[in-house]
Amino acid sequence: MTWQLYDTWVVITGALCAMACALPGAQLVLRRRSMMGDAISHAVLPGVAIAFLITATSDPLVMLAGAVVIGILTTFLVDLVQRAGRTEIGASMGIVFTTLFALGLVLIRAFADDVVIDPHVVIYGSIELSYLDQTELLGWSVPRGAVVNGGALVINGILFLLFYKELKLTAFDESLAAAMGFRPRLVQGVLMAMTAATAVAAFETVGSILVVAMIIVPGATAWMLTDRYGTMLVLTLMLAIGSALLGHVAALVVPGWFGFEGMSTSGAMAVMSGVLFVLAWVCSPRHGLVAKAMVRRALSLRIAREDILGLLYRYEERRSEDSSALSVGDIREAITLPRRVVASALRGVRAAGHVVVESDRLQLTDAGRSAASSLVRTHRLWERFLWERLGLRPDHIHGTADRLEHFTSASMIEELSEHDEGEDPHGRPIPPAED
Amino acid sequence: MLADLPNDWWDSFERALLLRDANTVWVLAGVLSLGIASGVVGAFLVLRRRALTADAISHATLPGIAVAFMVMLALGFAGKSLIGLLVGAYIAGLASIAAIVLIRRTTHLKDDAAIGITLSVFFGLGICLLSFVQQMPTGNAAGLESFIFGKAATMLSGDAWLIGIASLIVICIVALFFKELGAICFDESWAAARGWPVLGLDFLLTGLVAVMTVLAIQSVGLVLAIALLIIPASTAMLWSQRLLPVVVLSGVIGGFSSWLGAMISASIPRMPTGPVIVLVCAVLFFVSLMLGRRGIVQLWFLRLRMNRRIDRQHLLRACWEILEQDESGVIDIRELGSWRSWSDPRMKRILRRCVARKLIVREGDRLRLTDAGRVRARQVVRNHRLWEAYLIHHADIAPTHVDRDADVIEHVLDGDLIRSLEVALGSAAGAVPASPHAIGGREPA
Repeated sequence: MTWQLYDTWVVITGALCAMACALPGAQLVLRRRSMMGDAISHAVLPGVAIAFLITATSDPLVMLAGAVVIGILTTFLVDLVQRAGRTEIGASMGIVFTTLFALGLVLIRAFADDVVIDPHVVIYGSIELSYLDQTELLGWSVPRGAVVNGGALVINGILFLLFYKELKLTAFDESLAAAMGFRPRLVQGVLMAMTAATAVAAFETVGSILVVAMIIVPGATAWMLTDRYGTMLVLTLMLAIGSALLGHVAALVVPGWFGFEGMSTSGAMAVMSGVLFVLAWVCSPRHGLVAKAMVRRALSLRIAREDILGLLYRYEERRSEDSSALSVGDIREAITLPRRVVASALRGVRAAGHVVVESDRLQLTDAGRSAASSLVRTHRLWERFLWERLGLRPDHIHGTADRLEHFTSASMIEELSEHDEGEDPHGRPIPPAED
Repeated sequence: MLADLPNDWWDSFERALLLRDANTVWVLAGVLSLGIASGVVGAFLVLRRRALTADAISHATLPGIAVAFMVMLALGFAGKSLIGLLVGAYIAGLASIAAIVLIRRTTHLKDDAAIGITLSVFFGLGICLLSFVQQMPTGNAAGLESFIFGKAATMLSGDAWLIGIASLIVICIVALFFKELGAICFDESWAAARGWPVLGLDFLLTGLVAVMTVLAIQSVGLVLAIALLIIPASTAMLWSQRLLPVVVLSGVIGGFSSWLGAMISASIPRMPTGPVIVLVCAVLFFVSLMLGRRGIVQLWFLRLRMNRRIDRQHLLRACWEILEQDESGVIDIRELGSWRSWSDPRMKRILRRCVARKLIVREGDRLRLTDAGRVRARQVVRNHRLWEAYLIHHADIAPTHVDRDADVIEHVLDGDLIRSLEVALGSAAGAVPASPHAIGGREPA
């Protein structure tokens, strides 16, 4: 399938729509109010229907006014139901948006002869047809959908720049914002009105339900990638463009794999935003599953290495001259971590030159012994502290000390050294500190 | 809209009411059992504060339905077997729950984002698959699309039986695990401490919710399926705070609204069943919000009474304090005006109410406390001054700063508290202590 001017306009319209929706969406995600985006976008349906009924046209200004009213009404109703009904926020949103959506459906159905709102548009949007509906902009012929969504994006962008610090502050710390004289509730109201207006602008492009993906997913994905507000907004916009582009490409390419001819672009945009989310979820440098797993694995490796050293040290301390050194098998048995972890920890201590293996017997090197002795010192200092200061029984402290020894900083060891009496509660010597 | 009503709408309503059409009978039976079972399950869902999870489940069923349709077609079954489609929907619903739980557990995103992402992405996937189904030669896609908005009118006897039996099973399971489900709704940690498997019960509840959502999408559509679960339950919670009444009431409300909605839809043309059912639920909810226990009307009424009582007590205290300084026993209305910053009309209203209650006798511009008024005034002045004394002696607040605080609290001090104050301050029962600060320009004694 060849790329045409038509496809470029579909992507541009989709990207403008996704970007316009994603900006307020990012704020909603930060405020843990994502589902207000869901509620408002559903609630827009009766707004659109009533605006059509009153004016019998799709005059953008009327629609915009209707959307702002509906957005504020939704927020107000959710608030009312939550307070007066003492219901949780989720239930109150559910009550309000299903009611408004049902009202919208009834209105559309009952007056279907007078106004033409295709129920298909509610589901699918009509991004594919947006190219057919052209309008004049500065002497150029441009799809109306691109103009409407672009307008929403420009307005949202200006509001976000103008009220950058207000939005940022109220999203992160409402009470601080209130104490500093900002008006968090007003900001939230404006944000909801913005969301509603944007959802109306996006209505014809992606429909009333898929717009939820445009609102929530890019912001949430960006939050997986960064913890900084400004960066997050930029990433959100980029992800929105990405999902529009990938969505349309997928809509062109994927059906061919299964022998079909086409696929809903708006649906594919939603799926692609989801794919980008999953990518960020897995690969994000800080919050990703892979990064977290690597941190966890590094930690468990370190613990296993330290446990091996400690084990060898204690064994050396007790054994008589003629008994043989520990074997690899003994280590595996003594350390209750997965075999793989123990094996690579063994490789680690050998590579670090802390342990040598001669005919399956493990021997501490001097470097290894000094590392092990400071570890055992930490362990026994902790035991001493737990016993002497916290009054725990000697037979109850080993486990705690065993965990703490891996996470004790130098300054903490210094504090603990005040309890260095030469022996731990079990009568074992505390190895002296090394310089 | 009403002008559009056909003249014979009552005839159609009557026909539906008297069950004259076989078709209508099945539709009514189906939605009735659906409404009851959804209400019952929904009560637990709302109490467990998981209302929006159902929203995600219902939107997520779409790809399941589409895949089930394709699979059945590929296997050579008729693509529209309801049970097959529902099984697909159920599996997809469970997958969405898994996705939500995974996102919540492994990221810093909260419930709201997890639900929103899952809901919209699953739905988008469903839309993509639906556009494939539409292109399939035998795939009568109109049948699948009706799952989005629902189409109760197409319900056949077999569908109604399926819904009825499934609903009965769901209600039986709820009855069987009533105590346990109630426990995880109200006090999860207590249930865990009792040794009940909270996670397992959560699974059970989620499974029941998924079953009800899947059954509901055929008649009310997947966008509105959540309404049948949460609106009746929230309505019931406005009338009672006990588990059993809430569950029963929720079932009754759900059944009734579904029945009424289907009736309305059957009698008036161009009224889609699902949305009408939801609107009936919503009307009941908002009426309950107004009239229910501690509803808006009742609270408004209580607040009005409270405010009037406060005004009355302020007036009486002002009278008492004037009389303390001026022994004549007669109060000039104009002097009263300087005592409290009330507007003239408000002052007149308050005076009128006090006169009506026979607390004050008014003669032109002059007022006199009746015996009853004197008793009340004395009581509120005592409350006020005891509190002031308490603040001064026990909270170390300067005498000049206690008046405003006492002004607020004097109306709500009950007998027990007054007695404790008397004990704490060593004040004689019944005596009115002198004011610790200046009143009306006179210095304290």
